Amino acid sequence: MDGNLNALTTIFTEFYYWVTVVFMFLIHVGFCMYEVGASRRRNHMHTLMKNIMIIPLVTVTFFFFGWWIYWAFPNFYIFGGTIDWESGAANTPWSPNMGTNLDDRITGVFWAAFLLFSWTAASIVSGSVIERIRSSALWVHAVLIGSVLWVIDAAWGWHYAGWMVKYLGYHDAYASGVIHAIAGGYALGVIMVLGPRIGKFASDGTPRDIPPHNPWLLTIGIFLIYTGFWGFYAACNVPLISPEAIGGQITGVTWTATNIYLAPTSLSAITFNFLMSLSGGLMAAYLVSKGDAFWTFSGGLAGVITASAGNDLYHPLQAMIVAAIGVVIVYNLHGWVERKFKLDDAVGAVAVHGYAGVVGLILAGFILWGAPSSPFEGYATINPLGQTIGAVIMFLVLGFLPGWGVAKIQSMFGVLRIPEEVELQGLDFADHDTYEAAKADIIEADKAHLAAKARA
Amino acid sequence: MSTIGYESWAVDLADVGPVYPFQGSEVLMVVIGVVFWLGWHLIQFQREKAHLEKARKMGDTEQIERALERY
Repeated sequence: MDGNLNALTTIFTEFYYWVTVVFMFLIHVGFCMYEVGASRRRNHMHTLMKNIMIIPLVTVTFFFFGWWIYWAFPNFYIFGGTIDWESGAANTPWSPNMGTNLDDRITGVFWAAFLLFSWTAASIVSGSVIERIRSSALWVHAVLIGSVLWVIDAAWGWHYAGWMVKYLGYHDAYASGVIHAIAGGYALGVIMVLGPRIGKFASDGTPRDIPPHNPWLLTIGIFLIYTGFWGFYAACNVPLISPEAIGGQITGVTWTATNIYLAPTSLSAITFNFLMSLSGGLMAAYLVSKGDAFWTFSGGLAGVITASAGNDLYHPLQAMIVAAIGVVIVYNLHGWVERKFKLDDAVGAVAVHGYAGVVGLILAGFILWGAPSSPFEGYATINPLGQTIGAVIMFLVLGFLPGWGVAKIQSMFGVLRIPEEVELQGLDFADHDTYEAAKADIIEADKAHLAAKARA
Repeated sequence: MSTIGYESWAVDLADVGPVYPFQGSEVLMVVIGVVFWLGWHLIQFQREKAHLEKARKMGDTEQIERALERY
């Protein structure tokens, strides 16, 4: 870190990513609040624990192998590519870079920024399966989606040297596909095997609404997710870099912020577009759901997710319209899939994340058609076909199929779903019982003490 | 002797790299970490299985109805 400018840039970048990580923690807080609010009282402690334990399990596994996958897999077995052992070496769990190291001040914060995306991917799946999945089963899925599958898609399509960027012109600046489409697809695969909650569908197949036990908790939860999303957007950028450091085709000496592909954008652009896509999503969702509070709030999120693929380059009004279109499609698709296939997505995660991500990728292919996907020479430009193939890889190949397959294996061994009796009495029944017994015991003891004192 | 490789900070920081204790034993630490992680899953899986088996026989109809009414 020699030279003042170098030192300043390094410390600024280190601090920048650190702040994004703190912001992104709110996404997980929001997901926890949303899930607990949506679950019924007799399940909420288990629901909370199921999501909280995603944090340590995904963190340690992302340390063990997730981070290495990102650096080693950009061309893994695609078009003759192999594992990039050299890039991966500095990111193995035994590398000196993965620890307190005064010669490397970036890896830890950069690792953490990616890790928080991993929590989000796992948490999206967690929401759709509440009140009937075994925690042990969900935690296997959490490790798979959080520390393996989304990291593979990030290496392929969210890395400056990823094969999808090079050959397909894949562009997904704020992770419509690499986080949301894959997690939504994975959740769809799991709930297809898991089945609906008891009572979700009437005998004639009509879906019943299962209202949240605490609507305010949901509201605050989703607002915290919005807040954390700011950090998520900032974390997807490289905050400050020179053309020389990028080493691509950009000429001159003007430093810039870039997206993950090292192509130029600015914090100003993504601030415009985040807010305009949030607004477009909220407005469209309000109209399409006829003012339903929870679909309106979720629509804001779905709007941002739809526009995210191209929010580094869109005009704010394009971001607004893209978000609105996405929300109309997502809302109607959710209802159709629920009725047609009798699927119980408890928090609408498949729709808000999965469908919105897919729609966002495809729309970006048309709107940004011909724009450079990368500052490096020889890369395909952004195009609708590349984006559509990318959406299929994210939602179906790396999301739906592994989720369905692993859930099927768990189901065969009888370790996917909780027993029917427990689902009816509630997952917290035993804890309530213990709580009531402990309460009665201590009240009895206090009364006895009071009586003894009165006699004395 | 120092576990981190430095006994004083009278050094040029440009020459300093890792400063965590027991450098050289990273692979062993990873092995311990992986055993801890997998062991955790194993213990949790067995406990949850036993808990669910016990819980399915816990409530009588009246208690369960009360739980359902509580929503």
